[in-house]
Amino acid sequence: MTAAVLHKDGHCRLLEDEKGGRNLNLTKEQQAILNGEKGDVLARVMKTLVRYGELFGADSMVPVTSRYNHLVTSFGLKALKPVYELMDKLIESGNLSKQQFSADPRPLDPKVPSSFLQDFIFKNFMYSSQEAYEEQLTKLGLMEKDAYTCTCYMDEVGNTPAMGEVLSWSESSAVVYANSVLGARCNRNSGIIDLMGSVLGYVPNFGLLTDEGRKATWIVKVETTKKPEAQLLGSAIGMKVMAEVPYIVGLDKWLGTELDDAAKTYLKDFGAATASNGAVGLYHVENLTPEAAADGKKLLSENAKVYVIDDAELQRVYESYPVIWKKKDVKPKLCFMGCPHMSLNQLIDWTKKLEEGLAKAGRSKVCIPTVFTASPAVLKKFEETPYAAKLKATGVITSYICPLMYMNNPLSEKMPVITSSNKLRTYTSARYYTDAEILEQLTKGGTD
Amino acid sequence: MKEFQGRVVAPGTIEAKALVSHGGLNTLASFQKALQFGDKKATCGDQNNADLYGKQMAGKALCLPATIGSTTGGLVLYCACSMKRQPACMLFSEPIDSLAAAGAVLADVWLDDVTMPVVDSLGEEFLAYVKDDMTIRVRENGIVEVV
Repeated sequence: MTAAVLHKDGHCRLLEDEKGGRNLNLTKEQQAILNGEKGDVLARVMKTLVRYGELFGADSMVPVTSRYNHLVTSFGLKALKPVYELMDKLIESGNLSKQQFSADPRPLDPKVPSSFLQDFIFKNFMYSSQEAYEEQLTKLGLMEKDAYTCTCYMDEVGNTPAMGEVLSWSESSAVVYANSVLGARCNRNSGIIDLMGSVLGYVPNFGLLTDEGRKATWIVKVETTKKPEAQLLGSAIGMKVMAEVPYIVGLDKWLGTELDDAAKTYLKDFGAATASNGAVGLYHVENLTPEAAADGKKLLSENAKVYVIDDAELQRVYESYPVIWKKKDVKPKLCFMGCPHMSLNQLIDWTKKLEEGLAKAGRSKVCIPTVFTASPAVLKKFEETPYAAKLKATGVITSYICPLMYMNNPLSEKMPVITSSNKLRTYTSARYYTDAEILEQLTKGGTD
Repeated sequence: MKEFQGRVVAPGTIEAKALVSHGGLNTLASFQKALQFGDKKATCGDQNNADLYGKQMAGKALCLPATIGSTTGGLVLYCACSMKRQPACMLFSEPIDSLAAAGAVLADVWLDDVTMPVVDSLGEEFLAYVKDDMTIRVRENGIVEVV
């Protein structure tokens, strides 16, 4: 067996330890599982996680301590048949999740505008495995029938890990939020690896699970003259630092030093952009996020690189986004907001902004068919507020759908869709606009 | 001809033509449409990757720094392998990232009839040297020949 060792040149090389054995230490119980004493399927699960951990120099397998897990795969995509077959192996061998879990948003919602052809393709080709897959998730340990959202950490949903808890989550936007805003400890696990961690009850100890792995190797100085757009700032940082950990200074000037609803909403969107435009799993915001508030610059590694972000840099990043619509000046046919899913205060804020903007423009309805997406639990709370009726009056539709899953097919790809989500822009043909530009498009039918 | 020494992530030997991405490979954005709509060539669908967009990935020696993006990345790679639409091999200049590692290990542990050699830590010089369509030979010990 081998272990990864980081050399001075920054490259990993294969090395065997002195005894020629594994550097990842297993307990007797874990070794017995690996030896097949609890069946071939669980042995393969252990082998997968051990090999995965060894690649990153994990020293041990540590218990998963959060109450719930979160899985990235929520969609019965026909293309993922091999995943469903693997899950069947787990179910048939009795290896279910030791934790209940939430999962990413459902890919379909009849409330979202779609053509007859789109409906036909969604139901009969793309997501034809949806029903069967949801049955699989229920058997494996889904929290409850509507536990489908990428923002499982919101209070309304109830999958909110505590500081220091060890997770086996996936979903890049949820992992970066859990690590950064909640102070939980989770690597950027892939789908399937997430589930295997909670089937086994252990995850390999490396990377963002360790104190050393949580140190920042970049210092990002925010020197803008106004509050930077969350999705744009996150995109810039993600593209620069890729998978490393940034320590951000100057953002507390705009967000304050308390993790209130507004700050958490900002960081949700900011983090999703860092994770999708790069591969960030953890960021620290000076004086704001819990570890940065507690330890400050002690979180910085020696020789941390520096990235300065000013207005010109954000403009440069914005202008670098390709627009892949065939006709670049065509009127948008749909606007998606809520990737990741919107928070309750975001839904309320947008309702107010739309009402005000429409009133100024002398209109009562939005100019472009618009869908706001949020978790079923947040939408339920929103429906209890007076703003739900007000938003409905503007013509905006609310939905629990995953916009990304809606967009990822040749039919939707040809639709001119606009969004202020940098994640949606990255993965689909949707065109990115800032929140202010989206507001203008919706209320005036265009931007100045 | 030049040789580069890396670390074996998933074992195997292969000879194939190089396909080079100088930026991170966004696995979901690159593979999803190909897997969804039966594209056996696995044409890259990532609009943000100018090196790969519109090019065939299946059967190529995919040379890259790392993978980026959604945490579906590993299972997408696993599915590409299971559906026989995977690159011939994946050669990383940097130490492998967690999503690509997951895909490589899942395919190696759970798929008995699929081989996709994966080597990482080949160094920056490797990615600077290798160009599209050069011949790549991967040896069992993690040595990669570029011809």
